[in-house]
Amino acid sequence: MTHQFPPLSEAQKRELHETALRIVSPGKGILAADESVGSMAKRLAQVGVENTEENRRQYRQILFSADDRINGCIGGVIFFHETLYQHSDKGVPFVKMIRERGILIGVKVDKGVVPLAGTSGETTTQGLDGLSERCAQYKKDGAVFAKWRCVLKISDSNPSKLAIAENANVLARYSSICQQHGIVPIIEPEVLPDGDHDLKRCQYVTEKVLAAVYKAMSDHHVYLEGSLLKPNMVTPGHSCSTKYSPEEVAMATVTAIRRTVPPAVPGIAFLSGGQSEEEASVHLNAINNCPLPKPWVLTFSFGRALQASALRAWRGHKENEKTATEQFIKRAEVNSLACQGKYAGGENHGEAAQRVYGSCHAY
Amino acid sequence: MTHQYPALTAEQKKELQDIAQRIVAPGKGILAADESTGSMAKRLNPIGVENTEENRRRYRQLLFTADQRIDSCIGGVIFFHETLYQKTDDGTPFAKLIKDRGIVVGIKVDKGVVPLAGTNGETTTQGLDGLSERCAQYKKDGADFAKWRCVLKISETTPSSLAIMENANVLARYASICQQNGIVPIVEPEILPDGDHDLKRCQYVTEKVLAAVYKALSDHHVYLEGTLLKPNMVTPGHSCPTKFSSEEIAMATVTALRRTVPPAVTGVTFLSGGQSEEEASMNLNSINTCPLLKPWALTFSYGRALQASALNAWRGELNNEKAATEEFIKRAQANGQAALGKFESSGTCGAAGKSLYVANHAY
Repeated sequence: MTHQFPPLSEAQKRELHETALRIVSPGKGILAADESVGSMAKRLAQVGVENTEENRRQYRQILFSADDRINGCIGGVIFFHETLYQHSDKGVPFVKMIRERGILIGVKVDKGVVPLAGTSGETTTQGLDGLSERCAQYKKDGAVFAKWRCVLKISDSNPSKLAIAENANVLARYSSICQQHGIVPIIEPEVLPDGDHDLKRCQYVTEKVLAAVYKAMSDHHVYLEGSLLKPNMVTPGHSCSTKYSPEEVAMATVTAIRRTVPPAVPGIAFLSGGQSEEEASVHLNAINNCPLPKPWVLTFSFGRALQASALRAWRGHKENEKTATEQFIKRAEVNSLACQGKYAGGENHGEAAQRVYGSCHAY
Repeated sequence: MTHQYPALTAEQKKELQDIAQRIVAPGKGILAADESTGSMAKRLNPIGVENTEENRRRYRQLLFTADQRIDSCIGGVIFFHETLYQKTDDGTPFAKLIKDRGIVVGIKVDKGVVPLAGTNGETTTQGLDGLSERCAQYKKDGADFAKWRCVLKISETTPSSLAIMENANVLARYASICQQNGIVPIVEPEILPDGDHDLKRCQYVTEKVLAAVYKALSDHHVYLEGTLLKPNMVTPGHSCPTKFSSEEIAMATVTALRRTVPPAVTGVTFLSGGQSEEEASMNLNSINTCPLLKPWALTFSYGRALQASALNAWRGELNNEKAATEEFIKRAQANGQAALGKFESSGTCGAAGKSLYVANHAY
């Protein structure tokens, strides 16, 4: 560990860094539209739409044909492989539609979770085989960033040391390969919200997971300035009986990332997990207003939290398309405000009065 | 790695963070006056002073009796064990003298380096035995922070994986024990400047060492907000033929820290290593004016770079004491300014001129 064999030239580093900065420009975040075919089945079933390639194409078209109002809110869109090669009704490639408005193209490159034998239901993520060649091709086809999702669960016995180490390692391998091809890796070590654990427990686990992730990044010589992090916010488990305010969620989240994420990482784009659209926006806003110093951009990389209303408005009907697009634009604009700490709150929000963040020593 | 057994209460955390913040309050740094008896021999011999307990007492006295001008630039003083129990000529304990002027008292607690068998001259640091009891006693005797120095060397074969890992681990054990006793640990993983390696090499090694240190601190459940880091600046080796500007040193140093030191760490107090007094001030100043975002206090913890002129002026003579104290006050003020990025170099270093910072992606 004494001599450096630089993996990237100065020009390569500059390209990666500038791409990362553009994705998380002030007021912008990421539309995660990379649901796999299997995930799309779940989304479409909920609105009574058949999971065909054509329906998936029509659905993504609703999002991608949003007007210029999203240009100041969306810095990047994550595509699923299939979608990267689809076109609009008029035959315009989706990639072209998105790129022309100055929005950057990303692609999900992992191949899903697989079990870790000998653990209590834990997983790692596959997709490294031929990843280098795939990245080179995606770069030619217009992608400048990628996403890879790892999953960890909280339970009495989880996450185990192995799960933490293995997922951190595979995220670092993926990152290293991406950067060799001028692709900015978004690193996603999602700690699931399933369970009845409280906020403190989630914070503790998130800190351990992120510490392992950044050690692995160092070991694998990943250029942090040319990467982004996509973590969970720190929240209580879904079945936790205690309720927490957005400020508590924000304080726990910001404390966890302050303890683990080096300032060289340009941006942190939170996943929404199981949160509702409004919850996710309110939390993101509280995070941005948290009084602790936060030396990275803190923004969104939302899937459901940007699309739920649009999906529901659409329900597969052509005549609903414009309304559905409007729903998406609305959420994009709200989250653009939230990632600047300027979202005054929606339906359920009381007075915009003094937010109580409390003492950081309780975290 | 799933359940937390909190190491500290909220009150303990608050106390530790408050102490850390006081030490590195804006414009303040640390006087490292903790030279062991052996090290003092090396300081006193060149000026022809015998290394007796009385001479060591007289020497530290001329530092500690500096007037109120140092109160705004010295946040903490690190003592050697012997000195903690010495008194002024009129019987005032040094610890009380320092503490009463609002300067935090610190204590060196390590017991020196020992060889790591099977390595190429590498070391770890001992001193963990009974450390808990010693910390409890030091706290009663007025100390609120401690220092522990580990040493790594750059050569063809070093630092080895083992040296990095072992030193990171022992630093984390020390830090954990200190915090249990209300003592803020200063974590010092010094990479020596000996050798002919260039700036890049030092930066690379520093990044690897610091990544390992922070992973170990996470593994050992150390409360980062209640710690300080005392690293080397990133500099070329002493025998490196290439000269680097102060801005280049600053950029390499800040880049290395940005890639490895979580924002939760309250402050970074650089060691001066082999630098001259003027060099150490200039470099600290450049670090503070470096245009990259720096979410921690960046200040000094200097030994030789605060004392060299004072020692030379003293030469053991009673009638030189005032002059010697003045030399110390001068350096303390200079470094206080440097910690704010307001240092104006006097001597050989040329015009203030415009910034010579190279774009950050060259690092």
